Amino acid sequence: MMQCPKCGAPMHTYNRSGVQIEQCGSCRGIFLDYGELEALTRLEAQWGQSAPPPPPGPQGYPAGPAWGAPQHGSYGHGHHGGHHGHHGRRGFGRMLFSS
Amino acid sequence: MADPESPGGNRALHRALAVLAGDPRGVGEVLADRSDAVVVRVGDRVAKAHAPDAEAPALDVRIRIAAAPEYRGVLLPPASGGATSRLPGGRLGSTWPLGTPVDPDDAAAAPWGAAGVLLARLHTAPLPAPGRLPGPLPPMRGPAKAARALARMRRAPRGGQGASAEVVERAWAGLPPWCRDEEPGPASRTLCHGDFHLGQLVRHPRPDGPWQLIDIDDVGLGDPAWDLARPAAWFAAGLLPAAEWECFLGAYARTVEGAAAAGAAPGEHLPHALAGSDPWPYLDAPARALTVQSAALGVAKAGAEGRSLDEAEEACVAACARIAALSQVPNSSRPGGRRLEQCRPGPGVSGHR
Repeated sequence: MMQCPKCGAPMHTYNRSGVQIEQCGSCRGIFLDYGELEALTRLEAQWGQSAPPPPPGPQGYPAGPAWGAPQHGSYGHGHHGGHHGHHGRRGFGRMLFSS
Repeated sequence: MADPESPGGNRALHRALAVLAGDPRGVGEVLADRSDAVVVRVGDRVAKAHAPDAEAPALDVRIRIAAAPEYRGVLLPPASGGATSRLPGGRLGSTWPLGTPVDPDDAAAAPWGAAGVLLARLHTAPLPAPGRLPGPLPPMRGPAKAARALARMRRAPRGGQGASAEVVERAWAGLPPWCRDEEPGPASRTLCHGDFHLGQLVRHPRPDGPWQLIDIDDVGLGDPAWDLARPAAWFAAGLLPAAEWECFLGAYARTVEGAAAAGAAPGEHLPHALAGSDPWPYLDAPARALTVQSAALGVAKAGAEGRSLDEAEEACVAACARIAALSQVPNSSRPGGRRLEQCRPGPGVSGHR
């Protein structure tokens, strides 16, 4: 694991739009490898040019929060690969009826 | 359902509740026996022993709210006009009509639309005049229950759940203080249920009367997003199908808008914000809190029972891991970050010198 060159704390790797960045867990500084700043700038430019944001959900509601399961369009690859909502219905049933 | 924290063997309490429910011999059917509630049925009436630490003045107000005409058809009114009695052992008891609950074996038939309508009506009904209640309206207890779930996880045997407990703690640490019951919630004039789930809906009169909300123990003024946040959390965890979530949210939004059009809604803007085109900035923090609550209870139960997490509990812990990871990334690059900024102020993306 990389150490922060500024404060020495461990740095964690995050994937932002396909670009790996390292962020310090302590001072929250960001380390960019060669070319990554350009890649992020390019992505930002594309975002600015792009059409309106993606359409919201079927009844006009956005798909969900950023931390939602991967099916909701957030980043990352979860282990709930299948169509959500239909697995584990029995176990879920118990949770539906309790605090 | 067995609850590891149930006092168990509470025969004297069961008998007293059966007497309260109307059987002079003290014979009734025990419907629930948990640390926070014991419910005994006699005929078409149930008697409930409230949590041992329930505060009598606040509980009296909550029961009178259920009896108030403003909430007729929304909250099931008590059977005895709102009186409470002291049970052997000191717990407070109350009596209620028996309703028909949602079939736990058929969660797919759950009345999500009715649930959305009922919560919207609860949130938009005019508050009862202060003089008609025995005391001030208490705060909604949702955050207190979340904090209690964390405390239970911390007390429970770890079993094989140490790593999951760590994940839950990290997600909890990133919540705004009010969601952890460490600060008062946002000032509110909206009455909330405080602990909505499918076990809180019954049809009354039996067997096919209209759906109504039960269990007023956590009712109070607060952020109405909390009442939508448990289904929101299940949806976000990938457990509740989008169609059912949208049915619930759509029914809520239409009912809030209908109340506003009829001029019946009070000045509170939060139900209207939740009924708007993007409720997630408002739902985000409470939905994270309820995800952590569900995960904490799952980890506590699994640890105590020496079993592994079931699929739903696993999904909540996985959601906690994503929540914990997100509270560490620069929030400028993430949608819906307003509430997160309150709990983890960060400098955003800044370069190293």
